[in-house]
Amino acid sequence: MAALEEEFTLSSVVLSAGPEGLLGVEQSDKTDQFLVTDSGRTVILYKVSDQKPLGSWSVKQGQIITCPAVCNFQTGEYVVVHDNKVLRIWNNEDVNLDKVFKATLSAEVYRILSVQGTEPLVLFKEGAVRGLEALLADPQQKIETVISDEEVIKWTKFFVVFRHPVLIFITEKHGNYFAYVQMFNSRILTKYTLLLGQDENSVIKSFTASVDRKFISLMSLSSDGCIYETLIPIRPADPEKNQSLVKSLLLKAVVSGNARNGVALTALDQDHVAVLGSPLAASKECLSVWNIKFQTLQTSKELPQGTSGQLWYYGEHLFMLHGKSLTVIPYKCEVSSLAGALGKLKHSQDPGTHVVSHFVNWETPQGCGLGFQNSEQSRRIKDSEKHIEVEVRKFLALKQTPDFHTVIGDTVTGLLERCKAEPSFYPRNCLMQLIQTHVLSYSLCPDLMEIALKKKDVQLLQLCLQQFPDIPESVTCACLKIFLSIGDDSLQETDVNMESVFDYSINSVHDEKMEEQTEILQNGFNPEEDKCNNCDQELNKKPQDETKESTSCPVVQKRAALLNAILHSAYSETFLLPHLKDIPAQHITLFLKYLYFLYLKCSENATMTLPGIHPPTLNQIMDWICLLLDANFTVVVMMPEAKRLLINLYKLVKSQISVYSELNKIEVSFRELQKLNQEKNNRGLYSIEVLELF
Amino acid sequence: MGEFKVHRVRFFNYVPSGIRCVAYNNQSNRLAVSRTDGTVEIYNLSANYFQEKFFPGHESRATEALCWAEGQRLFSAGLNGEIMEYDLQALNIKYAMDAFGGPIWSMAASPSGSQLLVGCEDGSVKLFQITPDKIQFERNFDRQKSRILSLSWHPSGTHIAAGSIDYISVFDVKSGSAVHKMIVDRQYMGVSKRKCIVWGVAFLSDGTIISVDSAGKVQFWDSATGTLVKSHLIANADVQSIAVADQEDSFVVGTAEGTVFHFQLVPVTSNSSEKQWVRTKPFQHHTHDVRTVAHSPTALISGGTDTHLVFRPLMEKVEVKNYDAALRKITFPHRCLISCSKKRQLLLFQFAHHLELWRLGSTVATGKFLVSGKNGDTLPLSKNADHLLHLKTKGPENIICSCISPCGSWIAYSTVSRFFLYRLNYEHDNISLKRVSKMPAFLRSALQILFSEDSTKLFVASNQGALHIVQLSGGSFKHLHAFQPQSGTVEAMCLLAVSPDGNWLAASGTSAGVHVYNVKQLKLHCTVPAYNFPVTAMAIAPNTNNLVIAHSDQQVFEYSIPDKQYTDWSRTVQKQGFHHLWLQRDTPITHISFHPKRPMHILLHDAYMFCIIDKSLPLPNDKTLLYNPFPPTNESDVIRRRTAHAFKISKIYKPLLFMDLLDERTLVAVERPLDDIIAQLPPPIKKKKFGT
Repeated sequence: MAALEEEFTLSSVVLSAGPEGLLGVEQSDKTDQFLVTDSGRTVILYKVSDQKPLGSWSVKQGQIITCPAVCNFQTGEYVVVHDNKVLRIWNNEDVNLDKVFKATLSAEVYRILSVQGTEPLVLFKEGAVRGLEALLADPQQKIETVISDEEVIKWTKFFVVFRHPVLIFITEKHGNYFAYVQMFNSRILTKYTLLLGQDENSVIKSFTASVDRKFISLMSLSSDGCIYETLIPIRPADPEKNQSLVKSLLLKAVVSGNARNGVALTALDQDHVAVLGSPLAASKECLSVWNIKFQTLQTSKELPQGTSGQLWYYGEHLFMLHGKSLTVIPYKCEVSSLAGALGKLKHSQDPGTHVVSHFVNWETPQGCGLGFQNSEQSRRIKDSEKHIEVEVRKFLALKQTPDFHTVIGDTVTGLLERCKAEPSFYPRNCLMQLIQTHVLSYSLCPDLMEIALKKKDVQLLQLCLQQFPDIPESVTCACLKIFLSIGDDSLQETDVNMESVFDYSINSVHDEKMEEQTEILQNGFNPEEDKCNNCDQELNKKPQDETKESTSCPVVQKRAALLNAILHSAYSETFLLPHLKDIPAQHITLFLKYLYFLYLKCSENATMTLPGIHPPTLNQIMDWICLLLDANFTVVVMMPEAKRLLINLYKLVKSQISVYSELNKIEVSFRELQKLNQEKNNRGLYSIEVLELF
Repeated sequence: MGEFKVHRVRFFNYVPSGIRCVAYNNQSNRLAVSRTDGTVEIYNLSANYFQEKFFPGHESRATEALCWAEGQRLFSAGLNGEIMEYDLQALNIKYAMDAFGGPIWSMAASPSGSQLLVGCEDGSVKLFQITPDKIQFERNFDRQKSRILSLSWHPSGTHIAAGSIDYISVFDVKSGSAVHKMIVDRQYMGVSKRKCIVWGVAFLSDGTIISVDSAGKVQFWDSATGTLVKSHLIANADVQSIAVADQEDSFVVGTAEGTVFHFQLVPVTSNSSEKQWVRTKPFQHHTHDVRTVAHSPTALISGGTDTHLVFRPLMEKVEVKNYDAALRKITFPHRCLISCSKKRQLLLFQFAHHLELWRLGSTVATGKFLVSGKNGDTLPLSKNADHLLHLKTKGPENIICSCISPCGSWIAYSTVSRFFLYRLNYEHDNISLKRVSKMPAFLRSALQILFSEDSTKLFVASNQGALHIVQLSGGSFKHLHAFQPQSGTVEAMCLLAVSPDGNWLAASGTSAGVHVYNVKQLKLHCTVPAYNFPVTAMAIAPNTNNLVIAHSDQQVFEYSIPDKQYTDWSRTVQKQGFHHLWLQRDTPITHISFHPKRPMHILLHDAYMFCIIDKSLPLPNDKTLLYNPFPPTNESDVIRRRTAHAFKISKIYKPLLFMDLLDERTLVAVERPLDDIIAQLPPPIKKKKFGT
């Protein structure tokens, strides 16, 4: 169980921390000793256990330290950069920084990075990287530019993976973020674009990263207060290519998005992160530790004097600027266990820390009817779902395995078997991700849709309808039933893909135009000669009514998106018809109204298409109108509320017939014209031409 | 490379006859095709689908049925009530035998191949025994009310199914009596049609009978109980043909709408043993009625009124994805129907029942204009082409072959029973025609006719295997010599080539090698080493007397007649191999000629390209571009010289039926656009485009 121990302040001396806080806190070669660089001119070496400084060095007046001091673990010396280009190296015995070794470099340094077991690296602002030794051999060597203009390095971290130094740095340019992974031994630099996902406007506030065997797990704290995770393969599949990385949500709303002060994030170990920031906009800042595996808040600590939004973590100590002084909070994490995570292991709670109550623990079941046993079980299931999801995501990030298809198939079958065995187990995100791999089909996992139907998971059903080529008609029809019957309020909560729906309400300005258009369409034939003059007149009596009816979409946008997925799906008429008969009459009328509405929208423009990215086609609309009427005509004709709709549809069909008969007539005339044209174009039966062969 | 004035001729009003029947022979991988004019063609599917043999048609002999029996014997039956057997060696009809049942509508050979069954107009089904050299009537089955349109044997040979009008009968072969009579529903889309014609039946070994009928249905019947098992309505028009694969796991049907449907026997669910027939693939390669279909182990074959023969390979049966996996459409015959008189610029067109003689026009733009004229320019005509002569044959037989002499004063043609030779006289614009009478008896029927370059000799390949040389002088002729075929062979010669100096005559049969005769000494000079694939065209080059031979696998050989060996160039080509695109062409080379002033050039063409091979240039390898439709621009001379290769190809003229060199700078190309053929066919079933 992770716990924060009592904090202590390192020095009573007020550091000359600027508005941005400290430059950095770095480890030195002795455990317990840390180099603190303030944003002015001073570097202080602290011994944490004694809570007192061991040494302090300053640069001359007029000079300014631009890069936090680090310790070269191989020599025990300290390295710092001031005025962007001047490198200083000294050790404990030196007193005056002016007299120590100095090297002036040819380019500006972003940061010096040093970890145990390898020589320090110098990262320049232009993205180039050099080993310190190599740089000192020729300080004036030319430094190349790696990143583009206006691209700014935001964050960097240095790892040693299997004795190979790996450097990652994040750059930003016009709101886009890029990750560069430099394998220092092989000198391979891979560039990735970080895709921000749906919320394009979010700004990433803080980064942290931990390293696994194959991945760098890059966590980022966005301005929306959520923590996202991005998996970056250490050994890239194709270093030449610019690759994109998708982030996935790890923790929701851990800090308030619009906090005044900075927020910070740091990974403590594989399962824990520490977040600095205010949980609610108004509240004071606090430091909280989250378990990302189980998505639980482990502990938190209020920091009433405010922080600089910076957080460092070394060994077992968290460093931050609390008020004006540097505060150290020792952090301890026992091996986390399920029981511990759930709070069943007794542990002595520190009197100094108290759990802040205003965190909403989203794990707690909302419905109170569940007993304790149930909630525990559901929690356990949720945890394993989360775990599976992470594993699946890791697998999908690699992707290049040759048996990718079979593995995906096996995974889905396995998951579904468990779903069937344990009704409360439903790894939804995981299934969604698997469906989006484009390798699944209905016949591969028929249970998937069955379960989704049982759960009324419309989003998953929509995804299936879009991705699977071979859904049987009975299942399509079952989906349709759910899509029509699900309540508007429960629809609001779902997150369906709205690609196929165009915001029809925007078009309301053109309503009048559309009316004219339909008139023109009807003028394609002779209404006077029609037997249905009566109903025409009847309709003409209430033109306003009709306008209202035809221009406003009869279903909400989300339902429209779901219905469009049905319209796009493939079917065979014979197999679909019997199932359509099972749908309740009012749902049929609703669907018919929607189809009729779509038809009217279609006829607004000359190409007879709907606006939007992937709208249903006119043929699909017409086919479904016919199908629905074929299946349910006797029922619908008896319903008084469907009468107007039927009359409208009757008119529609009539106008279609006349248009087609006109088209057939035109086709014949066109064919004759074409024949004439051909004869004209024909170069005659005989000609003498020049041929040149090359 | 070369600039030519091309007479582009599109007035050859040739329309192939529609296809009536196809019969596939599994043993030899050959396909027999009969057309509505009675012509029967044999395609060798192993030899790149080459049409290697043909039997000329006959006006009164409309073939309605075609089948292979006893291994590789081919029989046909037709509306004249006769059953015929074809001699595939001598290329003539062995015998015709009246079945005495009125017009014959259907025929089927027994699974063992020893018996033949015909269905007649009078409702009788007649069984014939196939003897080694003839067929013998055995007995009649129970007479039915109306004509028997389709027949199928049960694979065990014990029962047969016969499709008639409105019903299907099942006969017991031993007793000859009808066991079941299954009435076919006349209803068509809810409307009662007058009659329902069962166009085709197929009897499967499990007792299922599949029928196709004029109401657009494919129906499955149980022959044991005589009940309908399943019905598929697949067309708004007649379903006219059916063919089942030997394994009985798939069959194909053709409809009057031009659609071919593939049905397959597939398991109901995966890994279940229960199987059902499912309509799997529709193909629309025809515009008109698909009158007939066949099912080879790897392909669906269909033919019909639109005259195309279509091979649609089944992708699941094709092991290697080579060019055999591609769709093939054969429309034009693989032989030359056109001959040309270079001296008088005349073209002789051969039709089924008449010949047409045309004189090419001319242009004032000579010399200067030609030099300034760019590629593709049309030159102004000073004189249009003239139709000089329309020569109708006497009698019902189709013309087999025809030829006009290079001087333009002789025309010869032949039908199955008669050989005709005409002398033409030109007086200013008038032309007079005189038939040379008193043909000798041995000149009764010719498979190929050729005049020597100086028009003094006529070479005739008779269907007895003999080659005759006839001396022509003034208005008379004299028989000089006959090369008799080697003893024991009766194989007919179908291709002839004579050297421009008149000394050498090359003749090729359908399978044996090419023989070269010395015309001066009247003896066999040599035989070109045999090759696996049939010869599609050959010609002898002037001066060098090199014989150039094109085979159906697209190989071209050059054989030196004086040296009796292949030339160095030919050996080089064989060593390096042809360009892969050259080998993948799917129509054979039908004509080869030479340039009188450029001995290194060989001119040849197939239906889709015309090519000049320049032997002096390096051969293309598979990496070089074989055909570049665009003229080289802005390229330095060095690059042009480096990329130049021996094959100069033009694909401007297509479908190209004939191309020859008239003089050094003039070519004649005869095209037959497909649109013009379609325009002369009866209109197809009209399908609504809108509001279906």
